[in-house]
Amino acid sequence: MHYLANPARFVSLADRLLPWLAAATALAFLVGLPYALLFSPPDYQQGETVRIMYIHVPSAYLATMGYLGLGIASAVWLIWRHPLADLAAVALAPVGALFTGLTLVTGAVWGKPTWGTWWVWDARLTSMLVLFFLYLGYMALREAIEDPDKAGKAAAILSLVGLINLPIIKFSVDWWNTLHQPASLLRRDGPAMDPSMLTPLLIMLGAFSLYFVTVILWRIKAAVAAKRVDGLRRARAHAAQRARTAA
Amino acid sequence: MSRLSGNRAHKRKQQRLVMGLAGLFGLAIAGALLVLALGEGANHFRTPADLAERPIEPGRSFRLGGLVAEGSVDKLGDSTITFRVTDGAAEQLVRFRGIVPDLFREGQGVIAEGVLDSAGLFVASNVLAKHDETYMPPEVAEALKERGEWREGADGKLVPVNSAEPGS
Repeated sequence: MHYLANPARFVSLADRLLPWLAAATALAFLVGLPYALLFSPPDYQQGETVRIMYIHVPSAYLATMGYLGLGIASAVWLIWRHPLADLAAVALAPVGALFTGLTLVTGAVWGKPTWGTWWVWDARLTSMLVLFFLYLGYMALREAIEDPDKAGKAAAILSLVGLINLPIIKFSVDWWNTLHQPASLLRRDGPAMDPSMLTPLLIMLGAFSLYFVTVILWRIKAAVAAKRVDGLRRARAHAAQRARTAA
Repeated sequence: MSRLSGNRAHKRKQQRLVMGLAGLFGLAIAGALLVLALGEGANHFRTPADLAERPIEPGRSFRLGGLVAEGSVDKLGDSTITFRVTDGAAEQLVRFRGIVPDLFREGQGVIAEGVLDSAGLFVASNVLAKHDETYMPPEVAEALKERGEWREGADGKLVPVNSAEPGS
């Protein structure tokens, strides 16, 4: 943790990892996309509509995991003030929001033919919409406050408060009478999914996760570089001013 | 110069205020939606047996959930259908005019939104089909049925022979 908290060390590690991660992401999608969207079987109830699940489930997984990451990064920054944790939180928010949006859209597209409606105010769908608003609220709050330290603090507190939504999303289908079905994968008596569909889903989960990690590392790296440029610019302006006053 | 920067600072302050208010507004909406949804689930959902226990007066909207009873679907023409919703313990007659979802069939789990009329008929404004968490290709479903490892459950879907009925 402390080892990685050094930005220079983090960047050199990211530089070493990123080519491999990017290659693994491409490979996983190259296998996963045709497998899931073309060669996996249709479902006995939903028919071809089931293919939306191969995008929807990984998106939902990353939407929630991304928020968990945001919460952890915010806590680490609030407690230990590791500068990298703040950069990680900033890097995570828009990507998490993107996957939340993708989850909501693919869910609506699946819901119309399967349930007969694009949207219903059940606990799972609503708590997922709240997650989307939490991401947007986090980003808006950071933009709204000019002092980066204050902005980071306020947004970090917001993200920690929002963590309460994660168990609500996860268990909404068990606690309340939702139209959304309960979990297919993480069940007490094993996945309720045939291996011919489970395998492509797991590959897609891997592909999405690799993509996520790659993009986040990239974004943190870019943020470190941007910070360094900012620092150099400020130092140069300072030096120029000193030269002027000396002259 | 100082007036310009003063102007700018003022503008920035205003911007911050607007953004802050927008953030609060978003949070308020989020909270309201959450409460709305949870209230909906708790107060406005009934199975036929629930309905007998805790009746809802005619004309008040609620959601009726259960399975479409076998052999109960009647097409009246004019795209109107009637069917009975059962939860195993009680049944409720439902009338619906409109297009039902693809998954709507006898034995399927459904949620109907609507009101009771004075005669005790549930007039649905919307019928939604529930989907369960089981995913498999059609051939596998057939093979399981043929081998006798799975049987048609009360909800018309396949369940392992030795497993308990879902929801029990």
